[in-house]
Amino acid sequence: MKQDQLLISVKDLRTYFFLDEGTVRAVDGVDFNIWYGQTLGVVGESGCGKSVTARSILRIVPRPGRIVSGEITLYRKCDRSPSLRGENPSQQIEEIKLTDLDPTGREMCSIRGTEIALVPQEPMASLSPVHSIGNQIAEVIMLHQRVDKHTARARTIEMLELVGFPKPKERVDSLPHQLSGGLRQRAVIAMALCCHPSLLIADEPTTALDVTTEAQILRLLRNLQSELGMAIMYITHNLGVVAQMCEDVIVMYMGRVVEETSVDALFHSPLHPYTQALLRSIPRLGQKTRERRRLESIRGTVPDPYAIPKGCSFHPRCHQRIRGVCDQQEPPYVEVEPGHKVRCLLYQP
Amino acid sequence: MAELVEAERVVEGQGIEEEQELATSGEKIYVAPPWKLMWWRFRKHKMALISTWVLILLYLVAIFCEFVAPYDPDQAMIQFKQVPPTKIHIRDSEGQWHWPFVYQHIRSVDPETLRISYVEDTSIRHPIRLFVPGFAYKLVGLWPTNIHLFGLPPEAAEQQGVFLLGTDRLGRDMFARICYGARLSLSMGLASVFLSLIFGVVLGGISGYYGGRADVIIQRVIEFIRTIPTIPLYMTLSAAMPRDWPIERIYFGLTMILALVGWTWMARVVRGRFLAMREEDFVLAARLSGSSEIRIILRHMLPSFLSYIIAALTLNIPNMILWETGLSFIGLGLRPPAISWGVLLQEAMNLRSLVLAPWVLAPGVAVVVSVLAFNFMGDGLRDAADPYAH
Amino acid sequence: MFAYIVRRVLIMIPTLILISIVSFTALQLPPGDYLTSYAAQLRTMGEQVDEEALNSLRERYGMGQPIYVQYWKWVSGIITRGDWGQSMEWQKPVKELIWERLGLTVALAVFSLLISWGIAIPMGVYSATHQYSIPDYLMSAFSFLGVGVPAFLWALIIMYFAQTKLGINVGGLFSEKYINAPWTWDKFVDMLKHLWIPGLIVAIENTAGELRTTRANLLDELNKPYVELARAKGLSERKLLWKYPVRVAMNPFFSTVGWSLANRISSITLMSIVLSLQTTGPMQLRALMSQDMYLAGSFLLLLSALTVVGTLISDILLAWVDPRIRLEA
Repeated sequence: MKQDQLLISVKDLRTYFFLDEGTVRAVDGVDFNIWYGQTLGVVGESGCGKSVTARSILRIVPRPGRIVSGEITLYRKCDRSPSLRGENPSQQIEEIKLTDLDPTGREMCSIRGTEIALVPQEPMASLSPVHSIGNQIAEVIMLHQRVDKHTARARTIEMLELVGFPKPKERVDSLPHQLSGGLRQRAVIAMALCCHPSLLIADEPTTALDVTTEAQILRLLRNLQSELGMAIMYITHNLGVVAQMCEDVIVMYMGRVVEETSVDALFHSPLHPYTQALLRSIPRLGQKTRERRRLESIRGTVPDPYAIPKGCSFHPRCHQRIRGVCDQQEPPYVEVEPGHKVRCLLYQP
Repeated sequence: MAELVEAERVVEGQGIEEEQELATSGEKIYVAPPWKLMWWRFRKHKMALISTWVLILLYLVAIFCEFVAPYDPDQAMIQFKQVPPTKIHIRDSEGQWHWPFVYQHIRSVDPETLRISYVEDTSIRHPIRLFVPGFAYKLVGLWPTNIHLFGLPPEAAEQQGVFLLGTDRLGRDMFARICYGARLSLSMGLASVFLSLIFGVVLGGISGYYGGRADVIIQRVIEFIRTIPTIPLYMTLSAAMPRDWPIERIYFGLTMILALVGWTWMARVVRGRFLAMREEDFVLAARLSGSSEIRIILRHMLPSFLSYIIAALTLNIPNMILWETGLSFIGLGLRPPAISWGVLLQEAMNLRSLVLAPWVLAPGVAVVVSVLAFNFMGDGLRDAADPYAH
Repeated sequence: MFAYIVRRVLIMIPTLILISIVSFTALQLPPGDYLTSYAAQLRTMGEQVDEEALNSLRERYGMGQPIYVQYWKWVSGIITRGDWGQSMEWQKPVKELIWERLGLTVALAVFSLLISWGIAIPMGVYSATHQYSIPDYLMSAFSFLGVGVPAFLWALIIMYFAQTKLGINVGGLFSEKYINAPWTWDKFVDMLKHLWIPGLIVAIENTAGELRTTRANLLDELNKPYVELARAKGLSERKLLWKYPVRVAMNPFFSTVGWSLANRISSITLMSIVLSLQTTGPMQLRALMSQDMYLAGSFLLLLSALTVVGTLISDILLAWVDPRIRLEA
């Protein structure tokens, strides 16, 4: 259900962290687009800049981090009623440069939560331990929809029901520590969705959960998406989840997008050596045991963030690197096929 | 862990050279032993570093106080009553540069208020000499000598003195008295913290390592002791020491009293660490491989929280110094003729003395400096204590 | 909640009994008693000492009986009749001497606690949200001044400056004419006028720690994911700061009210001796020096009881602000 209406465009985003020990280039020139209704997976090892990219879009990069350059544009539909979508292609589109806004200003605050919402990694730590979940959800509704307490509470219960929260009426006043991990994450999802955002950023929302709960949450997210029609930016390091959830994928390494493609192409014809290595490192059912292939891991670890290798940042770990080329030249971002881009010198035209 | 990584490398069979290539500047940090990491982190804490030097200096003064002090702290020089801190010049009234010297002072008494004042007589200069003979003493209690770090030569000493911090009502040199006071005040801080460390480690260790009923009892005792306000409790206990005890006994008794409350803080730190450590995998691994309990504690657990204990110790010393000072100050701790900073401050309780000679507050400055220095050093140590945390 | 409070109150009782035993034995430790030292003092002054009279006094105060009998008499007197024993030095029942002084100590402690909170909370929040700014450094410096300079030293310094620069004596809590006067509104106002300097002195010493706690706790809390999520929800910085992290960072304040009061009582005791305030400190010191045991013992017992009550209050406060505790209790 890929839509042709652009929602977010990120151009050459650079977010650096200025620490005593040096500058960490957490995000170092990232380009990608998100369309209305699209599910975009963002894959990469820990520390590759996935979460910082998400926080840059929300403009909540923690100190001492700062967006140093680049542009993030939000294309906001002025009429967002779901029934009208698609029927009226000439809707009013408002173009907002998020990077120009004051991150603590009123306009940015009104975009967060209404247009773009976040489902964070740890549902326990992400809820205030001393406020009830109802309070924390109703707060968002009252903030953005200007309704009174009673309406907000009623909507909170509706939202909890929507995300499959059992007995929402009785449990709306529970404190986070009284709930299981899965229920907390449902509460957080309800909080994120209560103002019908156009984009839901899910930052490894199931990492802290067990496999069964993970499956339930993933199903919930898919169902909610088909119901509400929002776009999802799904950040994960789990390729299995990507296969299950996403239509398109970007692969990140050391603060850069190294490959962008559809989910099918990712699994069937990966181009970047890093993507190929990632895929080789997941076990597969039905793999021929006769071949006695060892499950491979990617050599080495992510380099020290203060000392990014010259040339292609992946070259020290790359099997296919060309000496004298990969360690010298910046790889270009090449569109090999329509919709399949890769940042690698092997595909230089 | 290291072996595992090594084995993996051999299996991979290739790219050893690249591995080395990978280990760039970060390597220095990854392979450094923990004490080195601690030192690096401690070094970054500038105030802690400065404070450490200040403390070393203070303790040197305490150890060699007879040598550093130019005068006998108990000698009342009636001709020098309530002399303000002597100004040390390196330039005379004609603008000539000299080796540091003091001027002769002329003493006058206001006939009405009986207030004594001293005026510099710029015609007579007394150069300050290093290693001058003075009162006799035994260095570190062993070698008899009469050499002092600085002072006026004997022929000038009769007419004039170098009183860096002035003199008190009886004409005793405050600087000398503070040097001597450092010995009692600073050593008592250490002694009582050391004593509380022993209690604290033993009881806190039992509490944290064995848990159960022992833990409950010890925790209740700690809570109980902390319920009683410290100073009123200390006052009651010090008042229980007979007034005719010799200085050494009072010193020892006071150390015990201070440690009585001090150990509860140490015990909490030790217990907390033990509890945290008990769950650690390496302790479980040691136990599974058959190490004895004693060995687990001494060999595996103690090294990993030694740094915390040192930090907690350092942060506790200033409290001890403050309490000793407070108690001696109100007359319930050490008493004259013993000289500690608290005893010296008693002089400042006398409003008249305080107004006429505000330099009697100088021992207070010594207290503040040492307390702050210990605090900064403790802060630095605490930050350095866990070099792997960020 | 009610059951919780009742249980907490019941737990207090054994603590109080233990405190009373400790207070009483501590006072029996020094050799001799008030009467022997009093008699010795009379003899040195060349006065005749009537042995008969001494003995009858001993009898009257119950001295010479086994300690546990004396203890039982004292404690049962307190419980049944509110009789705290006789002060031998003042020749008055202890209860007539202590309450006003205790009240002043409590007033001073609470007053300084309010000053500390008034300073420490806003300053700590500012410091934590503006880390490494110039005001942050200034506040750190200020807090170190508080850590390093004890209240009694502040008292000496302030006394010196008040005397030499302003020509006033800051000692005492009342103007001359009110010292022995009964409590009236004017006396109360007069006391407030004198209270702020000692209150401030005690606050300086104790605020430093609280300021550092607020700052450190808040810095910890500010990095927690729930703050980030609150920000992602679109809350304004100010709103989210006060609703979430500050709220959580305040918990240690409530949970330490008891200790905090105990610390303040220590500071107040020493400072009052310097400034000769009409609080417990100077009178307790004098009672200890002259072995006026019932008076000294009652002070120790009552001050400890105050801390116990303070801890109770802090537990209740904490349960009130932190629903996690309230629900588990």
